[in-house]
Formats: sequence, structure tokens, C-alpha cells
Amino acid sequence: MKLLEVTDLAVSFPTADGLVRAVRGVSFSVDSGQTLGIVGESGSGKSVAMLTLLGLVRGADVSGQALFEGESLLDMPEPRLRAVRGGRVGMVFQDPLTSLHPQYRVGWQIVEAIRAHQRTPRAAAHRRAVELLRLVGIPRPEQRVDDYPHQFSGGMRQRALIAMALANDPLLVIADEPTTALDATVQAQILLLLTRIRQELGTAIIMISHDLGVIAEVADQVVVMYAGRTAEVADRRTVFRRPHHPYTVGLLRSLPAPADDAIRAGRLRPIPGLPPSLIDLPPGCPFHPRCRYAMEMCRDVEPELRPVDGGPGHRSACWLPADAVGMSDSAEHRRLAAGPSPGRAA
Amino acid sequence: MTVAPALLRLENVVKYFPIRTGTLARRTVAQIRAVDGVSLAVRSGETLGLVGETGSGKSTLARCVTRLQDLTAGRIVFAGTDISRLSRHRLRPIRRDLQIIFQDPYGSLNPHRRVGSIIAEPFAVHRLAGGAERRHRVQELMELVGLNPEHYNRFPAEFSGGQRQRIGIARALALRPRLLICDEPVSALDVSIQAQILNLLVDLQDELSLTYVFIAHDLSVVRHVSDRVAVMYLGKVVEVAPVEQIYRRPRHPYTAALLSAEPVPDPDASDRRNRIVLAGDPPSPVDPPPGCPFHPRCFRAQPRCAVEAPALTPRLDDGPDHPTACHFPLGEP
Repeated sequence: MKLLEVTDLAVSFPTADGLVRAVRGVSFSVDSGQTLGIVGESGSGKSVAMLTLLGLVRGADVSGQALFEGESLLDMPEPRLRAVRGGRVGMVFQDPLTSLHPQYRVGWQIVEAIRAHQRTPRAAAHRRAVELLRLVGIPRPEQRVDDYPHQFSGGMRQRALIAMALANDPLLVIADEPTTALDATVQAQILLLLTRIRQELGTAIIMISHDLGVIAEVADQVVVMYAGRTAEVADRRTVFRRPHHPYTVGLLRSLPAPADDAIRAGRLRPIPGLPPSLIDLPPGCPFHPRCRYAMEMCRDVEPELRPVDGGPGHRSACWLPADAVGMSDSAEHRRLAAGPSPGRAA
Repeated sequence: MTVAPALLRLENVVKYFPIRTGTLARRTVAQIRAVDGVSLAVRSGETLGLVGETGSGKSTLARCVTRLQDLTAGRIVFAGTDISRLSRHRLRPIRRDLQIIFQDPYGSLNPHRRVGSIIAEPFAVHRLAGGAERRHRVQELMELVGLNPEHYNRFPAEFSGGQRQRIGIARALALRPRLLICDEPVSALDVSIQAQILNLLVDLQDELSLTYVFIAHDLSVVRHVSDRVAVMYLGKVVEVAPVEQIYRRPRHPYTAALLSAEPVPDPDASDRRNRIVLAGDPPSPVDPPPGCPFHPRCFRAQPRCAVEAPALTPRLDDGPDHPTACHFPLGEP
């Protein structure tokens, strides 16, 4: 059984300007001890999807199914959901400053997190908090446990939040851009810590990031999101080496060559245009207005995820032929050769 | 090869911010040493990349160079003129040649003003090009940076992040400056939009023969645009070199650690890599460590490093273009 299995999740928000369709039919699953990377730009729906699973969105229309250890999350009564949230599922958010209460000691906040889920005497919970801070690499945890958040640096605050997320031995940790606010050398420390936690504790991790580098570093399985939809799913090597969806290809091409690459890239090849408005989505494939391979049918029919040739389990929501995978010139040729062929629609 | 003359020269620039306490008798109890003795030259037509982590002083340095902050000590020479102590009035003509663009495309544009009037602001300040002529020049600028000139009367809120950054660039270019300081110009943008803005900046440099100081924390972005790179740590420059040299053969252990810390969007490369993970966080600029500021986190530190601050000077066979401030640089036994 999968640890978490999400099927056809859709989330929309009624607003004065119209219905904002933030997530439109996303499916993915996570196995125990696995790291799933979800990558996408602002507004792609990656954070909303996660918050919805945890019952943290208000006033949204939600449909679809989400099974965590076989239990349905989306129609779970609030008290039960509370036991899952912060219990069997830990959370780490982007901003380590606003996620901690400034007027309570760090240790006190971890103790609260423990006692919200377990009948533990305060003293024992305090000892556990020290142990957790040690686990995440806070030096002299016996003393630092009594510090206030402002006495911690950004990296240490993020470590403290990870400690809090681990407080009740979760099976799954959802980390939403956990290193985005941190400096490069501190980011490297936190990524290493998350990898270690998965190896030592066997915790599954969902890592949400806009940074393809971070995803390449930690994820086993990668979901690429665009305009509230899954554009592509594959293992990390396939996503970076043999991508199928033109959006993934475009993202990879937009990047300057990595700092330690042998050659400096020439002119960058950005994706033209802007992501669509989630209130007024284009018909057909949401990416077609920015896609250089767009065919007639892309304007009319939205493609579903289907298997493509990059590797086992590789799926892409694109009408291009299944063998048009990769970053090479010949792959490019196959994509361009596909041409407009309206008859291919099912 | 002739080296272009320096358009901008910084000599031992220092900027301390006092920390004061007391309500009636304000006493200065400590100093934040944001920039602590920086000497650098920027050559005409080049792009100098400036990298470093939060608190390394790179943005404060940018604000000192544009005189948005006064210096505590040192000299800034721009196009042959010492501008470090010029009055506001005397600075005004200099500002035509020396412009800055900021990171946050939301905070740096007045939300109540129309785009046309935001871009026209420099003309108004310097009493240039009035009436129809001004409107024409603004629309030319909008076209230059890839905005639709018909959107002249729109408000900033009607534009996306990338388009707002284009507005900021158009405003900075209005007076045809010679030097443009770009302080994290693409950090707030999504990857696909970031590439559009980087291409624009490169094109504009060619078209208008601009000189850039490009500040960023993303090393692959800095590498992409820069001719030379300076690395800052805790208010000091620790290494300067031509771009390929610093990426291939970093001398300073901090530069090497920074390069290896950057996540690479390539699974094979990231598996292969020997990562240097530094211990701890950057120390506070209020109380920087004695000797070399990097020694408490350095994997090559020796007793000497805690006592004696290393000078920024060329090491080994590096040549005058590649100074490093380290007693025990990489590549030396």
C-alpha cells in the first residue's frame, strides 16, 4: 500500500473576480521512505495542493481523493485530521521566522507540539525536545532549548522547525520550500539534514520547491506542475535527462549553466510569455500559448497524463509523440517534426 | 591586450552602522561593520559580479556606491571624480551616469502612479525633455525593455513581476547612464521569467555600452553575466578573479565552499560532486572574529588565521587579476 495516494485532486476558490482554479485534477503517490519532489513556478498550485491535503485551506471547493495509510483525508472530521497534522504528518514551511512564535521559548514550542499529540509529562517532553534539537544538529541543545526564536539564526530556526515536525515520529514530512529563505551554505546543511532524516528514520518526504537544483539534489520521484495541473511525472534522472513535456524542457533550458559546469552557456532560451491567469485559463493545453511545438489539437483538447518513453513510470500531459523525450538535437527534431496533425485526437 | 580604464574605483570603503541604546542620552554601544574596507575597480564596459551571503555587505556596498548611504571612511571615484563626499546638489549630475535597479519589483515602484510617470521621473528630477517629447522618450524606453508602449497609462499592479522589473530597468536607463548597479535583479522572479530579464540585461549592455555591477546570491546567474567576480564575506572582499578562473580554480576556501553548496539541476553531477558543507552560520558583523573573518568555519584554518587578517593579494601564479585574501589558499600545500 502507498503511504499517501492522491487522485484527481481539484481545488478552486470562489472570488469576486471569478473562480480561481488553483489545482485541477492532480494525482500522485508517495511510498514509505521515499522523497517526492514537486516543482513548479508561482501559481502552479503546488502549495495549495499540500495545504488542502492537510485541511488548511478555507473557503475552497475541493474534490478528488487523498488516502493516507488508507484513510481518506479530504472528508476526515476535524478532530481526527488534527491528530494526523503534526502527528503522523509533519510540516516544514518556507519562512522559519514567522513559523515560530516570537514570545515563547523554542523548547516550549516543541514541547507543545509533542503534548498536543501524546500524553507525556512536561519533563519527559522537555527531554525529548532536547533530543530532537540534537538530532537536527543544534549545538549545545540543553542550553539552546531555552532560547527564544530571535536568538536563533535563520538556519537554526529552520532546524528547530524540522525538529518540531519530527516531534511525533511522523511517517511523512511535507516541506514547502524549506530552504528558499536560506543562504547557499546553510541550504546545503538543511538539505543534507533532510536526506539524513530520511535515511535514519525512514520518513517519507514531500519536498516542494521552485528550484530545479534542490529537486535534483533530494528527490527520488518528481512531479512537475503547471497552471494547477501535473505536466510531467518521472524519476529524477528521467525528468532532468529525458524530459517529455515542453514546459519541463523549457524550464531546464531557461537555466544558466551550473556554476561548476565546464562551459558557460551562450544566450539563455527563456520560455516566452507569462503563465496564464487561473481565473481565465486558455482552452486546451494550458501551456499551448507559450509552447513552440503547439499543434492544432493543443488549442482545443487538454491532454491527460499518459505513459511516454523516457523511462519506467514516466508520464506526461502532452500531445507530442511518446518518443519525443530528451534535451538533445534529435529529440528537438522529433518534437518539431510532430507538426500540426488534428486527426490524432482520440 | 589593453585593459579598459576603471570607470569606478573603490578605495578602502568602510560603512559602519552604530547600535544605540538609551532614550535620553543616546550612546553608541556597538557597530555593525557592514562594509569593512573594500577596494575594487570596475572597468568600463565590463560586468563585475558581486556574490556573498546575507550580511556579507554587498547591498550596503551598492548603496554606498550610489551614495544612498554615506560612507564611514574610504573613497569612491567615479569617472575620475571623487564622489564619496559630494553634496546632494553636486551629486545630481553624477546620478545621471550612475543608476541602480533593485530586487523587489513590487516595493520599488509607487503603486499609485502610472507607469509612464514612473519611468518619466528621472526626466522630471533633472528637468529634461518636457511635454510630448518626454512621452515619446518614455515610450521609446518601454519598447527598448520589451514593454508595450500602449500600456503607458497603466498602474504597476496591472503588470507581472517580470514586467515590473522591466519598468525598473526602463526608469534606470532613462538618462542613459554609464554604470548600472543591479542589486539582485532576478532573485524574486520565476525561472522562466528570470531568463527573459537576464537576456534583456545582456542585450542592453551591448546596445548601450553599459557597465554593470551585478549583485546576486545565485552563482550560476552571476557566472552567466559576469566578466569578473568578487566574493564578499562579512564586509570584506575575499577573492576577485576573471569569471572562468574563479569558477574553475577558486583559491579561497569560502569561494570553494560556496560553489560546492549550490544545488545543481543535474542528478548525475550532484551525485558525483564532492560537497564541502561548512559548519555553522556566518558570524555576526557586530562582533566579527579576529584575524581572517572566515577562520571559525574554515576547513583549512591554522592558528595564524585567528590572529592575523590576510591581505587581498595574488597567490601562486595567479597574476594581478586574481587576488585572494587567505593565508592558506587552495592549491598551496
